[in-house]
Amino acid sequence: MPKSSKSKNNKEGKRDFLIISTYAMAGIGAASVAWPLIDQMNPAADTLALASTEVDLSSLEEGQAITVTWRGKPVFVRHRTPEEIKLAKEVSLDDMRHPETDEERVPNEKFIVLVGVCTHLGCVPLGQKSGDVKGQYGGWFCPCHGSHYDHSGRIRKGPAPTNLEVPSYKFLSDNIIKIG
Amino acid sequence: MSKSKFKNPVVKWIDHRLPVFSFMDHELNHYPTPKNLNYFWNFGSLAGFALVTMIVTGIVLSMNYTAHVDYAFDSVERIMRDVNHGWLIRYIHMNGASFFFIVVYIHIFRGLYYGSYKAPRELLWILGVLILLLMMATAFMGYVLPWGQMSFWGATVITNLFSAIPLIGESIVTWLWGGFSVDNSTLNRFFSLHFVLPFVIVGVVILHLVALHRFGSNNPIGIDVKGTQDTVPFSPYYTIKDLFGLSVFLSFFAAAVFFFPNFMGHPDNYIEANPMVTPAHIVPEWYFLPFYAILRAIPDKLGGVLFMFGAIAVLFILPWLDRSPVRSSQFRPIFKVFFWILLLDCILLGYLGAMPAEGIYVILSRIATAYYFFHFLILFPLLPYIEKTKPLPISISEPILGGGSPASAFAMREKK
Repeated sequence: MPKSSKSKNNKEGKRDFLIISTYAMAGIGAASVAWPLIDQMNPAADTLALASTEVDLSSLEEGQAITVTWRGKPVFVRHRTPEEIKLAKEVSLDDMRHPETDEERVPNEKFIVLVGVCTHLGCVPLGQKSGDVKGQYGGWFCPCHGSHYDHSGRIRKGPAPTNLEVPSYKFLSDNIIKIG
Repeated sequence: MSKSKFKNPVVKWIDHRLPVFSFMDHELNHYPTPKNLNYFWNFGSLAGFALVTMIVTGIVLSMNYTAHVDYAFDSVERIMRDVNHGWLIRYIHMNGASFFFIVVYIHIFRGLYYGSYKAPRELLWILGVLILLLMMATAFMGYVLPWGQMSFWGATVITNLFSAIPLIGESIVTWLWGGFSVDNSTLNRFFSLHFVLPFVIVGVVILHLVALHRFGSNNPIGIDVKGTQDTVPFSPYYTIKDLFGLSVFLSFFAAAVFFFPNFMGHPDNYIEANPMVTPAHIVPEWYFLPFYAILRAIPDKLGGVLFMFGAIAVLFILPWLDRSPVRSSQFRPIFKVFFWILLLDCILLGYLGAMPAEGIYVILSRIATAYYFFHFLILFPLLPYIEKTKPLPISISEPILGGGSPASAFAMREKK
């Protein structure tokens, strides 16, 4: 009696193993078939290839701003005035939602380069044109849900969770930057 | 061989092999339906009519539409100006979406008022909420296709909701877009999904109907059908009533299509999409406004998104939140009052969703949002402990005929 029940248990253990491993293999198979169907929705090679944009800043006067396109998104470049630079550098980081110093965000203090997409829900903030509303902190203002950004593109008031993104860019010469 | 109920030999031959005629006879003709249904029970069939209208007009629109960022806007303008009857078909499709939501929202509030979500109709209700979700996804993607300013920025804002998910949010948004912003890949996939999702809705509607026909319709009194004396056959009684309701619905629908086709739209969507400029005031279509108000009421990005989806999630568990065994509000005096408060709350949220997110509007949205969740999560479970319900009638026939039992109902009939 004990012998037969033991052998029965062994049989069941073996069957369980076979069933579980069959399901596991079928699951892996299904997942590997599904992956190409899911991954095809990620950016294609040609989309990824449109990665960099060069901008000539020589004609950008103090206080002026231009908007260029990078990866289908607007990129803001603003030539800041000395007062704006002073304000951006001297403000206390204590009660900022996303504390970052101006030095961390702007390698060349004159030219600030930002991805012009509100970090809340992706609208384009106002503040690039001279007549635009610039918000309470003089930088940019998103009209969709009321986020205020300062001269360094830092979120100061409103629903946006983080500062305006700084794209990766470098100065090719004094007046030419390459974004991306 | 069993006696066939059909006289036509061709029908008889087919039905013997493929019993579709028996099925239709059973479900659409003899189908016993409570005899006391009021006009609020018209809205289910109206929703079905709206779905078919959207599919038919949508298929013909797709024959003239080009899903490409450079051509989409122009192809829609071509439909409006050059394609034969294109303006009519597009206006029917455009206003049809709004009317579909009007009908479905009335249908949902009907269910809330008469307790149609309670046992044994929980799955029927859940399938309905699933249809609502699919409708919302379909309507959202459809609104993107004309590639106007509202299309583009609506798509940007709504897809960005997913970026609120911690850690993987940004990757999900890139995956949804197929790039680094809403662009041609996004438009293409939205067109594809906008085309296919209505047929998924048809599938869920069929399940909704199978679940409905398992126990039959609820009714204004909310008590179960006790026997044949409480029902009438679906045809001709409710086929005619539904057709009458349909003709009234079509009068309103035609008035909108022919006289106010853009009343429920937004003028900014007649400006072609420009990824560099956001319109000053973005609002979604009116049927999303209450949810949009909830999103903006919460001062935290992830919190706002969670509450917005939560507003629909509570509907899924509603059958288990409401502990009262009494279905119809007619016998629940306190519940009835709160039902109207909830309706007004949802209308207020809709109004607030259309207003700019500042000052008093923000405060009111927070109060209205708090009430919405209070109603579902606190009031529904607690009310049965406080509320004294009115006595239920013995049968559906009783309030109509005055008698209690089926026998007395027949006695009343014989007296006449």
